[in-house]
Amino acid sequence: MSAVILPAGTRVLRLAGGRLSLRVDRRGTVVVLALTGFVLGLAALAVTLGEYPLTLGQIVGAFAGTESDGVRRIVVDGRLPRIVMAAVAGAALALSGAIFQSMTRNPLGSPDIIGFTTGAYTGALLVTLVVGGNYIAQAWGALAGGLAAAILVYVLAYTRGVQGFRLIVVGIAVSAMLHAVNGWLILRARLEEALAAATWGAGSFNEVGWRETVPVLVAVAVLVPLLVVFARPLALLEMGDDAARSLGVRPEVTRGILLVVGVALVAAITAAAGPISFVALAAPQLARRLARSAGVSLLPSAAMGAALLLASDVLAQRLLAPTQLPVGVITVCVGGVYLVALLISQARRQ
Amino acid sequence: MHSRLTGWALQVGYDQRTVLHQLDVDIPDGAFTVIVGPNACGKSTLLRSLARLLKPSEGAVLLDGRAISSYSAKEVARIVGLLPQSSTAPDGITVVDLVSRGRFPHQKLLRQWSEVDERAVRDAMAATSVTDLATWPVDELSGGQRQRVWVAMALAQQTPLLLLDEPTTFLDIAHQVELLDLFGRLNRDSGRTLVAVLHDLNQASRYADNLLAMKDGRVVAQGAPRDIVTEDLVYEVFGLRARIIPDPESGTPLVIPLLGAH
Repeated sequence: MSAVILPAGTRVLRLAGGRLSLRVDRRGTVVVLALTGFVLGLAALAVTLGEYPLTLGQIVGAFAGTESDGVRRIVVDGRLPRIVMAAVAGAALALSGAIFQSMTRNPLGSPDIIGFTTGAYTGALLVTLVVGGNYIAQAWGALAGGLAAAILVYVLAYTRGVQGFRLIVVGIAVSAMLHAVNGWLILRARLEEALAAATWGAGSFNEVGWRETVPVLVAVAVLVPLLVVFARPLALLEMGDDAARSLGVRPEVTRGILLVVGVALVAAITAAAGPISFVALAAPQLARRLARSAGVSLLPSAAMGAALLLASDVLAQRLLAPTQLPVGVITVCVGGVYLVALLISQARRQ
Repeated sequence: MHSRLTGWALQVGYDQRTVLHQLDVDIPDGAFTVIVGPNACGKSTLLRSLARLLKPSEGAVLLDGRAISSYSAKEVARIVGLLPQSSTAPDGITVVDLVSRGRFPHQKLLRQWSEVDERAVRDAMAATSVTDLATWPVDELSGGQRQRVWVAMALAQQTPLLLLDEPTTFLDIAHQVELLDLFGRLNRDSGRTLVAVLHDLNQASRYADNLLAMKDGRVVAQGAPRDIVTEDLVYEVFGLRARIIPDPESGTPLVIPLLGAH
């Protein structure tokens, strides 16, 4: 067999006598493995940190059943769900960012910039304040709110097709409007509800347990397979609708399904932890730079998102300990700097 | 004459404006068909309808006797390829990566890269002389090189029918001739059916086996350039008074506009 030269830096895994073959980008794989290692290491560190410091030996003991019930409860029921949630939420938000950045062909086309995250929060807020309800109800509210915002943005930005930059500008405007709506909803709520909503609105994992984490895991497990199927059509759409269509991609179907998947990922996280900004914006671009991929790529983005959000959450817990900051505050601070840098580099390019 | 791809009573429009009026067309197999006509006469619209990029409001495009709309998107993409007028190369993509995207309609989720794919991409890059540029980022290429890379992507798709929408626009004359020679070779050597929209009537006459002259969404004349390119036809289609002489190189019709022809 001739040496595989295609595409550069790509290796082909052949299984079952060549009947199965997977294309693997070498540099991308290294980046994903390194980031996964970082996330696992950070997770191990995070379990030991807290009001009641533990050693790694005690952690292992907690899982093996050799430690006391108290330690076990702190590790398995207290700290673990939050760590899992931070990593999974980071990955989910980054995937959503990667989808919309690819669809708009613009690094600013991220759900937290173009109003989809704000819309999801509006939906979840409405359900909480008006109907009341558990995570599942809030999640459906967030999905409905996110989709309504997305449809609104698309309709307002539509003139013979949707152009990426126009969509972003319209999205920023819709986002600002929805912010005002959210503020108004909180103002007219009863005091204790308003306080809870405001804390939630900052984006925080402080109250997260398995009750919140498990539904998020289920949602992500349902959504990710769809992404796997539509990842290549999404990449082909970056060449323009005509080129993609002539290769057998159906642009409307692909975009429709990925719009729902992208909004659903954001909605699942927003309903559980409130709106967390900037992970979706920054992770795909940082991953892209590390992996040197053409266009945004999904797997490195997800790994980068997990690493970013878990690191932010560890900082949020420990920076002013024992005061617990909402993780959204950290991501906004870090992300704000990133956004300024991005805007400057975009302005220079033009 | 046999035709795998035909259009029957095609009515196609955007918004309220009808661009193609009850147009019938047969694309002869194995021939190099060139569509010519004035701006906005519906050349590109016809090509895009034949490739199923546009849906006719009436009539149908038939592929092997069956309505093209009844095929799956990937099935069509294995038979009919299209080089669109403009495409965007994703930031930082390399030549070989872009060309290999042409294999998408032949691939499956769990069969992403076979040796057939490998060979198709190699052959496409060799045919368009971009093998040496394989690892280059597409953004760093010249206009002529970039267009050859897009052609390579369409070739890698290995479709028996290939439609080209103004493939020579934005290229200088040397690159235009180079590309048209390549299309001529592809047509002769592999028996591929080619359909191209071209602006230059003289180039069209030189390279086409089958010329299709359009005006206002209708086919005015179709046939070998020597048979149909006349002073009357040029006036009817383009409103231009011209003399037709044989091209001293190829003997095909050469259109010389009269002084003060308008």
